[in-house]
Amino acid sequence: MSKAVSQEEQVPAIRLQHITKRFGSVVANDDVSLSVAHGQILSVLGENGSGKTTLMNMIAGIYFPDHGQIFVDGKEVLIRSPKDAFRYGIGMIHQHFKLVDVFSATENIVLGLDEAERFSLKRSAGRVREITAQYGFELDPDKKIYEMSVSEKQTVEIIKVLYRGADILILDEPTAVLTPQETQKLFAVLRRMRDSGKAIIIITHKLNEVLSLSDRVAVLCKGKYIGTVNTAETSESELTEMMVGKKVDLNIERSEPKDSVDRLTVEGISCKNREGTELLHDISFTARSGEILGIAGIAGSGQRELLEAIAGLQHVDGKILYLNPKTGQTDNLRDKTPMQIRELGVRLSFVPEDRLGMGLVGNMDIVDNIMLRSYKKGKSVFLERKKPRSLAEKIIKELEVVTPSANTPVRRLSGGNVQKVLVGREIAASPTVLMAAYPVRGLDINASFTIYNLLNQQKENGVAVIFVGEDLDVLLALCDRIMVISSGRISGTVDARTATKEEIGLLMTKNAAAPEPEGGAADGNA
Amino acid sequence: MMWAGFLQRAIMQGIPLLFGSTGEIITEKSGNLNLGIPGIMYVGGISGVIGAFLYEQNAAAMNPFLAVLIPLLCSVTGSLLMGLLYSFLTVTLRANQNVTGLALTTFGVGFGNFFGGSLVKLTGSDIPSINLTATSNYFRTSLPFAGKLGWFGQVFLSHSFLAYTAVIIAVVTAVILSRTRVGLHLRAVGENPATADAAGINVGKYKYLATCIGSVIAGLGGLYYVMDYANGVWSNDGFGDRGWLAIALVIFAVWRPNISIFGSILFGGLYIVHNYIPGLDVSGQELFKMLPYAVTILFLVFISMRRKREAQPPAHLGLPYFREER
Repeated sequence: MSKAVSQEEQVPAIRLQHITKRFGSVVANDDVSLSVAHGQILSVLGENGSGKTTLMNMIAGIYFPDHGQIFVDGKEVLIRSPKDAFRYGIGMIHQHFKLVDVFSATENIVLGLDEAERFSLKRSAGRVREITAQYGFELDPDKKIYEMSVSEKQTVEIIKVLYRGADILILDEPTAVLTPQETQKLFAVLRRMRDSGKAIIIITHKLNEVLSLSDRVAVLCKGKYIGTVNTAETSESELTEMMVGKKVDLNIERSEPKDSVDRLTVEGISCKNREGTELLHDISFTARSGEILGIAGIAGSGQRELLEAIAGLQHVDGKILYLNPKTGQTDNLRDKTPMQIRELGVRLSFVPEDRLGMGLVGNMDIVDNIMLRSYKKGKSVFLERKKPRSLAEKIIKELEVVTPSANTPVRRLSGGNVQKVLVGREIAASPTVLMAAYPVRGLDINASFTIYNLLNQQKENGVAVIFVGEDLDVLLALCDRIMVISSGRISGTVDARTATKEEIGLLMTKNAAAPEPEGGAADGNA
Repeated sequence: MMWAGFLQRAIMQGIPLLFGSTGEIITEKSGNLNLGIPGIMYVGGISGVIGAFLYEQNAAAMNPFLAVLIPLLCSVTGSLLMGLLYSFLTVTLRANQNVTGLALTTFGVGFGNFFGGSLVKLTGSDIPSINLTATSNYFRTSLPFAGKLGWFGQVFLSHSFLAYTAVIIAVVTAVILSRTRVGLHLRAVGENPATADAAGINVGKYKYLATCIGSVIAGLGGLYYVMDYANGVWSNDGFGDRGWLAIALVIFAVWRPNISIFGSILFGGLYIVHNYIPGLDVSGQELFKMLPYAVTILFLVFISMRRKREAQPPAHLGLPYFREER
């Protein structure tokens, strides 16, 4: 029914009206309305946490909206489960693939289907081949998933959706895991699907992709719907402005850096993941004492690898030079174990998505968690408990940690209090370099400000602070300099006192991976 | 001929292992590592014994059909209840699978020995065993012309219906696992339940069904042991370590019931080979009894070194499945 009607007056394939979704007190989507027609590609653009994925999950049946309506081909529908979504011809390709590793592509594609006819993998594989030929995919239906590259796995996910007859495809950041060449191939396939009448929604935060691929762009900012524009009539700067929103004044005190020296000099570090994708490319910067260096970037641009490299947890090529304030000597941290690096005074307070994953042990109490850093101290066979206990009590008092006692397992504390314990422990070791990654993620305003004050105090004590943040307003108000990374490369460093949000937003979405046509696999490091 | 006799005994020794390993393979394919199999086989055995005992005691004249059917139903019921208990604990309550399984094994052996002892007391005999020769004879009925076909008849046709059932179940299971939609879904549940769930497969239902069906099949191994292998004589702890051997066989068969058919005969042969080697003392015999386990360990080393993905246990084996928060 899609191809018969002319493009202009056609009923939208899917239309959202006044969609609102709350999680507790957090409004993930606030009154969002958008639509996409058959034979059209719509980009949903927004920063991390702007509610793009939540919105799409409501179309795919994973969440149910609190308010608002969804129309498919002009008829109002209720989508309560992924099965409902399939029935309306909606298929979503998630960022994290849901595939069984030891199964072949075909087995994964037919998994869960209840076709009336007799089960035959051969016939199904034939149908998969038809789909690949129709849209120009490259895929061997009999290949096992564990032998596949990320891009092949993504292809399986897309075919899975097409095999079930989806007319409306939603792709959640499909290019995040792809190389530039694979991205071009994917875009070619998506264009072919559009031309055959499918409606396609692609979630992204990469402006160049938006401009090259989509017909229309819908922009979200902090859960709010900003508007939809035709790609042909917009520009990068207009989209950035819509995406980052207006500046909010946070009133964080910021002192001028005093007696700064180059504490940590990073020279040309690069690293790759197991699949050979480059995570960091030729990163060089300096962190000065008595200064807060902010690192901005879309999540997953290499922030984590960069900090882990400095902490000695990630193997990299290049140099990490540390100026030891006690001896005045320069050491290369790359040659040192994490323990040696910590002894030098380089501290990492890392808050990964899984808050208790890397920093603290959830089932252990505050004292024990503090001892994780000091268990090697003392000469007795038995553990020295007195000092950690008094430190724990000091942290609880000074940082106002809300806990029944120092013996409460940290997993029972709220996120903000867990974070205070973690940062408190790292600061208590009087570091010379303090790295904090997303230290306020998930914290309320008060807890956030406690953390900001702690970081500011450390800065005044002459510590070189590296702060990885998400909220541009916070980065602009707290840091002295902001380094922006995009796809594992530094796309620019700005002065936080004079820079604007738009400037940083543009740097974050800048396609830094341009000069690499051959995939850069020719390095001889085996 | 001695080797024909050896082969025949090896197959008889292997059949309980085949039942046990087929049952455990079905269970493990759903991601449940049921270490309760030794206990479940034990329960399967004693339940059959109880049924047969009551029928022999109370029936005026034994009907061959009922004499087989009653112990069979009792055995199925006993092991099914064990399977249900395991599923309830590990799937519904998400209890630790290893602990639950080991507890069921301990429980099953205790349950069997208690009722075994009670039945012995009921018979009032001095020998601590129960003799169900009449029932056993019905169970052991084999093809009438087997004896006329020489060594072929002795090795392949002299067995009872339960032995052939074991092979048929193993073959059917292998076909279901590799060739059908149900098999595909079951394997997906054991490999990656989150993916299976997202594909609309009822993970809990598959785990329950696989575990219960697997338990029933394993329980038949216990019944075969008493009625066929032991000629209807139940004595406490007579079943020995066959349950563990069945679990070892699962690894040896790389989770494929068709390989398990040959593996069970091999394990059965290794288990009794000491009887056929002249001049072995007791300690030597025990050394030989170790062979199946030694073979399994060597095999584990071998498949771990080859790192072939298809020869690995189901990826989610032994782990509880929590649906992600939505």
